[in-house]
Amino acid sequence: MLRWIVWRDLILAWRRRADVLSTLFFFVIVVSLFPLGIGPETQLLRTIAPGVVWVAALLASMLSLGRLFANDYQDGTLEQLLLTPQPLYLIVLGKVLAQWLVAEIPLVLIAPLIGVQFDLSRETLLVLFVTLLLGTPVLSLIGSIGAALTLGLRGSGVLISLLVLPLYIPVLIFGAGAVDASIMGSSPQSNLYLLGAITVLSLTFAPWATSAALRISLE
Amino acid sequence: MLEAINLGCVRGDRRLFEGVNFSLTPGTYLQLQGPNGSGKTSLLRIICGLLTQAEGEVRWQGANIRSLGEDYFTALTYLGHRNGVKDELSALENLRVSNALNGIEINNNKAREVLRKMGIGGRESLPARLLSEGQRRRVALARLAVCNTSVWLLDEVLTSLDRAAIGLVRSLIEEHLSGGGIAIVATHQELGLSGVSLQRLELAT
Amino acid sequence: MNLYKYASPVNFYPLAGKIIPWFAIPAALLFAAGLYVGFFVAPTDAQQGDVYRIMFIHVPAAWMGMFLYVMMAIYAGIGWAFNARLSSMMATSISVTGASFTFLSLVTGAFWGKPTWGTWWVWDARMTSTLILLFLYVGFISLQASIDDPRRADRAGAVLALVGVINVPIIYYSVQWWNTLHQGATIRILNKPTIAPKMLAAMLIMLAACWLYSVAVVLVRLRYIIVEREQNAARFAEVVA
Repeated sequence: MLRWIVWRDLILAWRRRADVLSTLFFFVIVVSLFPLGIGPETQLLRTIAPGVVWVAALLASMLSLGRLFANDYQDGTLEQLLLTPQPLYLIVLGKVLAQWLVAEIPLVLIAPLIGVQFDLSRETLLVLFVTLLLGTPVLSLIGSIGAALTLGLRGSGVLISLLVLPLYIPVLIFGAGAVDASIMGSSPQSNLYLLGAITVLSLTFAPWATSAALRISLE
Repeated sequence: MLEAINLGCVRGDRRLFEGVNFSLTPGTYLQLQGPNGSGKTSLLRIICGLLTQAEGEVRWQGANIRSLGEDYFTALTYLGHRNGVKDELSALENLRVSNALNGIEINNNKAREVLRKMGIGGRESLPARLLSEGQRRRVALARLAVCNTSVWLLDEVLTSLDRAAIGLVRSLIEEHLSGGGIAIVATHQELGLSGVSLQRLELAT
Repeated sequence: MNLYKYASPVNFYPLAGKIIPWFAIPAALLFAAGLYVGFFVAPTDAQQGDVYRIMFIHVPAAWMGMFLYVMMAIYAGIGWAFNARLSSMMATSISVTGASFTFLSLVTGAFWGKPTWGTWWVWDARMTSTLILLFLYVGFISLQASIDDPRRADRAGAVLALVGVINVPIIYYSVQWWNTLHQGATIRILNKPTIAPKMLAAMLIMLAACWLYSVAVVLVRLRYIIVEREQNAARFAEVVA
């Protein structure tokens, strides 16, 4: 049954492509702002690149999270999802998977191109790609908890950021840390392992927390 | 058999109702009445399990619905104020998805046939946002023609429907009840059902 | 004695009122004692001179901030699991005190850092973790403030607090990791050479004072919350003057 919810969300995202593309452009623009704000000196750019790309990815993810449940909440499909015989955990997983495919994968794919602006080497670009591939699921999973908690509230957009960004910090540290290690010439392995561990933990626990939050928000 | 035992509801700091009891055997229709804000929607949501009651319990086949978990949902269909119809999907897609998620896979032909019966023939492939309010409501109600659940909970579903559509709903409900189903309908209008066991519950503020 | 009746907010209200002085007065006394010992009795530190004395506020405040977050999560969790309104109200009350202590610890840390290291802020592991803890508190408080329905606010807060409490060790560990990687640029604030017994005594007295103070202030705020939320409860008029 997972495939129906994933298929549904993918079709809906396709029919509202503009939303998806605008998030991607936001990511690109934000990353480009930093050299403009800091200066084009190559060595400096190389140093700040991991942090900048990762923070921009976090912020772009925040934008797309608002859409995860809000639309379904407004037209009544969300409560119907809560009333299906499927475990809510699976439905949440399906929606998060669709969101990851639609909102995060484009970031992952375009990041290496952006990395070129910061004069990163090929190996570093590969590490950047891998860390984002490994870390963006966590952004979607933990973000879904925030999205579920703030359903229907005024100012929910900013509120999601307030709730979720502190929880993103470990991902940021290990993700950017891995890229940083690569730039320094050392091995990104330990950072990647820790990042992977967080991904697995989020995959196991986050959908459960999101399900609980959905039930609470729909009371 | 669906039972409500001493149900009470508090929303925010307002007490909506208390001491609600009923017992519905297969083939029974319960009409939920009361002024706006008296808690009809809350009562229906408590029966579905979406809302937690302040006191009392709901029992399905003798078991507390809290203990049944997702199995309870295989037995019920709830149509609320909001249609549960996605604007960007067509009526066809909406019907197929909502049924598939409830475990009933129907193919395009069957879906088209159902939608034709509901009066959406010829428009079933348009995005639902291009349909009128009444047509979207018909799409939502089309689920009733396909699902084979025992308990139907309908919340003010007759609003924005014309006489023909109301007639359709009436016949769907009559068929459901004669097949041993239970229906609880919150409405301000009399459906004029014939040959069914009718109960009324008035929620007064 | 039937203790369960105190689970009702309205019944707990007068009991809380009676308890408060038993914590407030000892707290005041211990604060006085702790400050005296800390500022007059404890010896001057060999490395840091007298500036280190701000540690007697900074460290207990940081510990209380962390301790109260866990307590908040526990009360919120119980309030959610057992549908106990009073427990959830406790969590809401604790959140403000916990956030205040965390903020105090950051401010005192800055006042310590300036004369000692020359900058108002240093990104060491402890200060950074404390800052993140403040963000977690702010998230909890904002979430509850944005939700009108009190029971939804209680339960949503519980989910957030429990997710937060599980994340705190992960966040702390990752910040430690980050800090050791970038060691060159940072300095460890709480260098712990052997701590003189009188310093330890002052610290523990201040910690006890903070704990007593927290109980008192949380109960005071709890009473306000009860008055705000239980207007329609049975016996409200007779119990709450």
